[in-house]
Amino acid sequence: MSKRIDVSGLTAYYGSHKAIDDISMNIEPRTVTAFIGPSGCGKSTFLRTLNRMHEVTPGGRVEGKVLLDDENLYAANIDPVAVRREIGMVFQRPNPFPTMSIFDNVAAGLKLNGSYKKSELTEIVEKSLKGANLWNEVKDRLNKPGSGLSGGQQQRLCIARAIAVEPKVLLMDEPCSALDPISTLAIEDLIGELKERFTIVIVTHNMQQAARVSDRTAFFNLAAVGQPGKLIEIDDTERIFSNPSVQATEDYISGRFG
Amino acid sequence: MSTAAVADKRPSTLQGASLPKWSPYAIVGGSIVLGVVIGLVGGLDSKIQWGLIAGLLYVFGTYGIAARVEGKRQAKDRVATSLVWVAFVVAVIPLVSLIWVTISRGVKVLDPYFLSHSMGVVADSEAGGGAYAAIIGSLEQVGLATLIGAPIGILTAVYLVEYGRGRLAKAVTFFVDVMTGIPSIVAGLFILSLMLIFDMQPFGFAGSLALAILMMPVVVRSTEEMLKLVPNELREASLALGVPKWRTILKVVLPTSIGGITTGVMLAIARIAGETAPVLLLVFGNPFINNNPFEGAQSSLPLFIYQQYANSAGANAAYDRAWAASLTLIAFVMILNLVARGIARWKAPKTGR
Repeated sequence: MSKRIDVSGLTAYYGSHKAIDDISMNIEPRTVTAFIGPSGCGKSTFLRTLNRMHEVTPGGRVEGKVLLDDENLYAANIDPVAVRREIGMVFQRPNPFPTMSIFDNVAAGLKLNGSYKKSELTEIVEKSLKGANLWNEVKDRLNKPGSGLSGGQQQRLCIARAIAVEPKVLLMDEPCSALDPISTLAIEDLIGELKERFTIVIVTHNMQQAARVSDRTAFFNLAAVGQPGKLIEIDDTERIFSNPSVQATEDYISGRFG
Repeated sequence: MSTAAVADKRPSTLQGASLPKWSPYAIVGGSIVLGVVIGLVGGLDSKIQWGLIAGLLYVFGTYGIAARVEGKRQAKDRVATSLVWVAFVVAVIPLVSLIWVTISRGVKVLDPYFLSHSMGVVADSEAGGGAYAAIIGSLEQVGLATLIGAPIGILTAVYLVEYGRGRLAKAVTFFVDVMTGIPSIVAGLFILSLMLIFDMQPFGFAGSLALAILMMPVVVRSTEEMLKLVPNELREASLALGVPKWRTILKVVLPTSIGGITTGVMLAIARIAGETAPVLLLVFGNPFINNNPFEGAQSSLPLFIYQQYANSAGANAAYDRAWAASLTLIAFVMILNLVARGIARWKAPKTGR
């Protein structure tokens, strides 16, 4: 079960520095939306505002609205912890918990929240690892530490960990930037499978990747260094890569720009 | 023209004259011999002077010989190496001699009898008796101090690293720094003033309180550093799974750094186990066995050493007991260290496949 996201007038700050300015967009359920744009344009910051991870950074502050199926995530009585259970996240660098085994890493979300039945746990771990296309590689060593896996396997372990808590939306912050082409391909295939069940938002620097995996693409840009990042346009991926409506997008995609 | 032909005509710029591999050892041997000769001829009494002369000869000799044969840059490199070695030897000599003296003098009366009996009515100048009361006292006082100091220290560090922002955190950091500098006798006087207010007699737990004061800043500092080493990505990974912050700290941050925290706590314990001054003021010392740290004077190993040495008017039996107790104390701290390292290795994040 996936949910839609409607963002309106979202502005995020680091202390007094405005990082992104007045962003509005709609993200449909069961689609993959890619964010592209130059470094420092606020793609990752915007992604982190979608599950209230931005405010974890010291000085992080957000104005505006993020509606998850008509519920404002920034309303006064919303618990950020509950929000993060609905909207999972995969990070740029694979970050399995070093003290835990592969099994415990996948079960971490459930175990740490304390809400699980032991009998269900094995089933959920198997299902999540299968969902992340990792089951066949690790089924014989579930009790070994997760940090012993290769980078690509670790990233899929992190995806398994994120989907084990059954979120409605999955945010991915450059999930393939630390991986080799083969692992990248494995994760891109996985994204294609996961979009049947989740709404996926992915930040990427790789435009071919955006073109390959996403249904919709959003282009972010910033006027100058130190200026806040802005959403230039969001459209169907095909249109963005063939016939974008803004000149800056075409310049960026064709490589004529920064 | 091929490159091989060029190499044949000109001497390689990458090769230079170099001293043979055994030369550092030869220089060391030569400088020691020269140092001894100079010492004997010059009629220098102190062996320390002989050693210093040999050390200086080694450093300068290395530079002179290397500069002539290999050139200036290599000579500087060799001098740096020789300085490191001299510094190493200078640092190790006192350590080795301390351990050697303590062991050679301590083993004389260190036996099961010594460890299982206390002084009781044995006069300080007589042989016999043992440090049992002191060992019990040390274990209880240090144990209680750890029970108080370690949790407070660890929680303070967790506050400073995970929650502390702004003025309160800065104030806490400042006062931890101040506490690090408190002389142990002052911590003892602080507790003593409380005891005088409430008109209490010396007892073991009072010593524990003073030791806890001394222990806390050390634990805070080391734990803080260990918690800072935990990558932020792990915290974010846990938070992004919808885990509350306190559970993230409890289940992810602390387990990841538990090895380092344990080592820090053990080092703090090692520090307070050797404190004499506050124990002297607050626990007073007791030749009889007192298992109750909450009532009546107790003994402790550092205090036992001091009292055997100071109060016995030069009796050899008392000196032997003091050395044996020193050896016991060193062994006690050593065992704690080994246990800590064991725990650190056992709990450290695993990387195996």
